[in-house]
Amino acid sequence: MTKDGKKQMNMIEAIRSAMDVKMSQDPDVLVFGEDVGYFGGVFRCTAGLQEKHGLHRCFDTPIAEGGIIGAAVGMGAYGLRPVVEIQFADYIYPAYDQICSEAARLRYRSNGEFTAPLTIRTPVGGGIHGGQTHSQSPEALFTHIAGLKTIIPSNPYDAKGLLIKAIEDNDPVLFLEPKRLYNGPFSGDPHMPARNWSKHELGLVPEGHYTIDFEKARTHRAGTDLTILCYGTMVWVAEAAVEATGVNAEILDLRSLMPLDLEAIVQSVNKTGRCLILHEATRTSGFGAELIAEVQQHCFYALEKPIVRVTGWDTPYPHALEWEYFPGLERCSDAIVRIMED
Amino acid sequence: MTSRKNISNLFVPEPEFRPGDLPDYSSINLDKEQWPGKPDPLVDAFETEAHATGLVRAMKLNGEVYGEWNPELEPDVLIMGLRNMLLTRIVDKRMFAMQRQGKLSFYMKSIGEEAISVATAMALRDSDMVFPTYRQQGILMTRGWPVLDLMNQCLSNKADRLDGKAIPICYSVRDKGFYSISGNLGTQTIQAVGWAMACAYKGTNDIAATFTGEGATAEGDFHYALNFASTYRAPVIINVVNNQWAISTFQGMAAGQSRSFASRGLGFGLASLRVDGNDFLAVYAAVQWAAQRARNGGGATVIEHFTYRKEGHSTSDDPSAYRPKGEAKIWPFGDPIDRLKEHLIKLGKWSQEQQDALIDELKAHVLETYKKAESLGTLATPTDINPATMFEQVFEDVPTHLRRQRQELGI
Repeated sequence: MTKDGKKQMNMIEAIRSAMDVKMSQDPDVLVFGEDVGYFGGVFRCTAGLQEKHGLHRCFDTPIAEGGIIGAAVGMGAYGLRPVVEIQFADYIYPAYDQICSEAARLRYRSNGEFTAPLTIRTPVGGGIHGGQTHSQSPEALFTHIAGLKTIIPSNPYDAKGLLIKAIEDNDPVLFLEPKRLYNGPFSGDPHMPARNWSKHELGLVPEGHYTIDFEKARTHRAGTDLTILCYGTMVWVAEAAVEATGVNAEILDLRSLMPLDLEAIVQSVNKTGRCLILHEATRTSGFGAELIAEVQQHCFYALEKPIVRVTGWDTPYPHALEWEYFPGLERCSDAIVRIMED
Repeated sequence: MTSRKNISNLFVPEPEFRPGDLPDYSSINLDKEQWPGKPDPLVDAFETEAHATGLVRAMKLNGEVYGEWNPELEPDVLIMGLRNMLLTRIVDKRMFAMQRQGKLSFYMKSIGEEAISVATAMALRDSDMVFPTYRQQGILMTRGWPVLDLMNQCLSNKADRLDGKAIPICYSVRDKGFYSISGNLGTQTIQAVGWAMACAYKGTNDIAATFTGEGATAEGDFHYALNFASTYRAPVIINVVNNQWAISTFQGMAAGQSRSFASRGLGFGLASLRVDGNDFLAVYAAVQWAAQRARNGGGATVIEHFTYRKEGHSTSDDPSAYRPKGEAKIWPFGDPIDRLKEHLIKLGKWSQEQQDALIDELKAHVLETYKKAESLGTLATPTDINPATMFEQVFEDVPTHLRRQRQELGI
């Protein structure tokens, strides 16, 4: 349904629309990856792109993640803008060298002579019974790398604007898609009825071109008593937990982990005096550790309580015990209650 | 030689000769080696089987041409090849000596392998991007990159175009079709295939060429490169420089039980040639053949350049620790410069006197250029590079967190 050039989309449709818009505008944009061509991707994000734009614009690749990224680096150096899909973030590791040592460093080592303007899309996170090979959140392995941008949207509107921005960026961008949010927001409690994007205001997406700047956090909910720093699926778990506890918390959806909107974080924590950090990824050396370091350095005198983080455990992602692993509604609510105690 | 016994059933390969052994290659009878003929460049890949395990050659050790692969180049072109190879060798010797004096941190010579880079660059068009590894400086000499720029990069001085960001020899020269060298081995091979795919996508007639040593063919990237090149019929030449040694590791560690590195290509359905890498004419002809194949829709070719690394891996390496000292001298394929010189003398187009005069001229040029480079600074002198440049070119623009870190450094 079109209304003022806007359309209700789920996250899959918004991501597809971003690629479609860029492929229509720029002949140098091409899309490839495992199963993305004729079939349209295992999550359907590229469905219809081959039919509309041609076999040469959207095609399948061999099952070789390092090959996909390596070829994209060469194409990017040439002047194309490849948008590649790694089917699950769990499969990205064979490409780690091509991402970290090549794509991220090509500009630096050639002093700007060669660049790698590629976008790497990959689904992350759990909550779909994917076990250890379809559920990981490896963002911290990439935010540690100089020369790479790491983006993670939490809703269809942001997903499209950020993805177009990523495709237009002249540096490599890792675009993480929280797969549990593809079809709707998620409260963190699998027993609550599933929601979808069809009536949500963040599912109302412009059909044409627009971008959202990196390094800009989004205030998902304004509040005065507690700052919750989160991204991806955990934005919606945070929202549910805030509703469940009735605390007047401010929820910051970071969206862009590298570069990070430190200003928004500092401003919020200095205002509320309390900081809770949520991520699905394992705890030790996770992105939360980076956030804690920055918050304590910049907000130390405003803090009324120790900073708390709720994360996945330091174990592989289990299959049967998925909901004991996932930092869901109950664990997040408990943490909010504890941090609000005097 | 110390006896290193293997008392298990696990097979661990070892080279034929180690320090203390008297190397003996009399089993290689060069004139009895297979000399496969020259097929049409658009031949079915599987018809290159004899080329993948034989040895493509165009001249005998004495400089006499033989077989079907003589590219029949004009004498002027041959003399230019000789000049480019000599220049490469003389620059290498100068930079190696200067490293020993502490003027640069590191250097890698290509002595004995000059024909591979020089003849390749001459057989390609200047618009064909090469994705080299670290022993193809001959391409830069051939494509006319000023030696002064090369030296400035190695010295990391104030005239270094890369602002001292990269270690010596990791050149990047886009306008000479020379892709930024990575220190991580093999990664460039699949990137070259991506570049070639882009050439095809954009409908240009350009191709890409990449180089790897035989040791790094064991990396996954090499296999990605062959697979993608075959799948998308990419216009690319994948060169494997088999110089027998990957630092101290002999070629058999990467080759396993296979008969050649070129034959890796056959399994992927790619045309494959094993070439005498010390034979300037053969390298030229093979690359010309592969380029013709790539430009006419025939897809990629794998070329193994069979040669010998005459010196250490780098300035940090002492090869006498792992191979016999005299091995380089008795390696039966001769020296690429001497062989081309002999060929030109046989043609009646060159003489030893001309050779000596050319060497003197190039030595004087290189010495003069080096003095100029040194006057712009070396690693041994305090750096003139602005520290703020450290934070530049990480991204297109300097983001907030890097600006903050730059301020922390006080600039």
